[in-house]
Amino acid sequence: MKFRDIAHIAFRALGKNKIQTLLTTLGIVIGVSAVIAMVSLGQGASKLVQDQIASMGTNVLQIMPMAPRGTSGARGTSDQSVALTEADVEAIKDEVPTIAAITPVVNSSAQFISGNQNWQTRIEGANEHYLEIRDWKLDQGSFFTDSDVRSSARVVVLGKTVALNLFGDSDPVGQTVRVRNMPFQIVGVLAAKGQSALGTDQDDVAMSPYTTVQRKLQGQTILSISRASASAVSADATSLAQAQITDLLRQRHKIRQGQPDDFRVNNLTDVADAAQQTTLVMTLLLGSIAAVSLIVGGIGIMNIMLVSVTERTREIGIRMAIGSRGSYIRLQFLTESVMLCAFGGVVGVLFGAVLSVVVARLLGWPSLISVQAAAIAFSFAAATGIFFGYYPAGKAASLDPIEALRYE
Amino acid sequence: MSADSVILIEDAHKIYNTGEVEVHALRGVTFKVSKGEFVGIMGPSGSGKSTMMNVIGCLDRLTQGRYLLDGIDVSTMTKDQLADIRNRKIGFVFQSFNLIPRTSVLENVELPMVYAGVPIAERHRRARQALASVGLADKERSLPNQLSGGQQQRVALARALANEPSLILADEPTGALDTKTSEEVMAIFQRLNRNSGITIVLITHEPDIAAYADRVVRFRDGQICDEDVVEEALAL
Repeated sequence: MKFRDIAHIAFRALGKNKIQTLLTTLGIVIGVSAVIAMVSLGQGASKLVQDQIASMGTNVLQIMPMAPRGTSGARGTSDQSVALTEADVEAIKDEVPTIAAITPVVNSSAQFISGNQNWQTRIEGANEHYLEIRDWKLDQGSFFTDSDVRSSARVVVLGKTVALNLFGDSDPVGQTVRVRNMPFQIVGVLAAKGQSALGTDQDDVAMSPYTTVQRKLQGQTILSISRASASAVSADATSLAQAQITDLLRQRHKIRQGQPDDFRVNNLTDVADAAQQTTLVMTLLLGSIAAVSLIVGGIGIMNIMLVSVTERTREIGIRMAIGSRGSYIRLQFLTESVMLCAFGGVVGVLFGAVLSVVVARLLGWPSLISVQAAAIAFSFAAATGIFFGYYPAGKAASLDPIEALRYE
Repeated sequence: MSADSVILIEDAHKIYNTGEVEVHALRGVTFKVSKGEFVGIMGPSGSGKSTMMNVIGCLDRLTQGRYLLDGIDVSTMTKDQLADIRNRKIGFVFQSFNLIPRTSVLENVELPMVYAGVPIAERHRRARQALASVGLADKERSLPNQLSGGQQQRVALARALANEPSLILADEPTGALDTKTSEEVMAIFQRLNRNSGITIVLITHEPDIAAYADRVVRFRDGQICDEDVVEEALAL
């Protein structure tokens, strides 16, 4: 007896009762598609959260001066400290290999005036690498260049909110704004970035070379920077970069072992990890609720297989009389049950994929069809077939041919 | 023990335990069928002839005694071994035809060969040959319920022949057929026995059906009460 023949017999038996086969399979279809839809949507949600965090820059490191804890007297705010210098930034750029780009940042704020419009906004002074570090795009025009930085050029790139408030719908690129009574040329407009995770408007900003902010706007005599922003070569390298920067700065600042740092290096990876953990838990939760429906479907299979064994008692008797071993009968019924579930699994995978795409589109989430979830749900369906088919198949195999032949 | 005996049953006992009551269905039966014989088994209900048929057909095992089928001792075989023996050595023909419903005539005839692991091409060829020998070559695509009773029984006979068994075991093969069809079916049995030398054991309670056999064995109370060539048996 070859397995191919048993599979053929099982397949034909299912074909004889098409409606019963379809209805039984429906339970598995629903179970499998629910698992896939839930896991895919969960992963979509996870991707959405990750994207939001990535918009802040997961591989971005902020290096801020900080008066060390435990020193006497009042602790200054980080802005008042001069613990971080341009030389530090240069050293990090040259000596930390896991850093892709770094910029000093000088914060200021000013009234921007254009014609009869004015707008109070934040000015961030940085170098030409800023966009790359923040993973930010330009909407119009261009960003300032390193020669602008070297020459402290009076150029400015407006955030979307500032551009809208000063110029409405007209093109601001090439126009001039007055900042502290100095004309600044607008070279570009940043793409909209929306709210940050903390709810502030990230587009309410203007960018200028940090040298311009230092010399022209703040009139600094002793040049200082507020902080530095850097990007690691990859998200995975962030922690390493953080450690390397810490080591380097401690060395440069001549901080002895055991002494606290006079700066702080932050990254967003921890936040991203926490968020990912949350969505993972949600996905698992939804997936396991869906898995319950798969078990219910399996019980449906078992029920129908038991009915089928009773219905076909006489057929089983005939098969045994003409020479089928009990094991062939067992294998036949087991194959029927696995075929039911595998068929349900295939339809369920397709249906679940369609469902998750449709729902994701309705919610405006990225739809990620999880191949892994599809594979797991399908194997789980097949395993359901074996598990819930085993008892009915065993019952069929253990029938006494004499009794079975007499069964009406 | 002669080499040419298909069935050799010696001192067979079969005791059923149905709860409190012990039923002694066979009480020391000794029975022999030679190759090429056509033997009828008769007896009233409860005489042990159904038990005898189950034992001969390897569907049931003896409580005590010995059964050699084609020279092979089957009394101590396991269930699976018995299934294989039924498959290769015995062709069953039942009163109620017992074809697999909603399965074509050809597939029904092929079934014993499927369990024997015969390759597909060989299966088709032998099944068609068997159908031709019972005069149903043109019905291979039909379903059992599209055929008359006589035709269904002929399909069952073709299925019994398919694996070239040592023995055809027919249990009231005409019980569900009218007289004319019964005669047609019995004519085929007789032809198979006379022309192809197939050994047949036929269980019946109708004397005119038993008359097709060469020899009739009568059962009563779990024992053979009479064994004779057919003319004498029927004359009684």
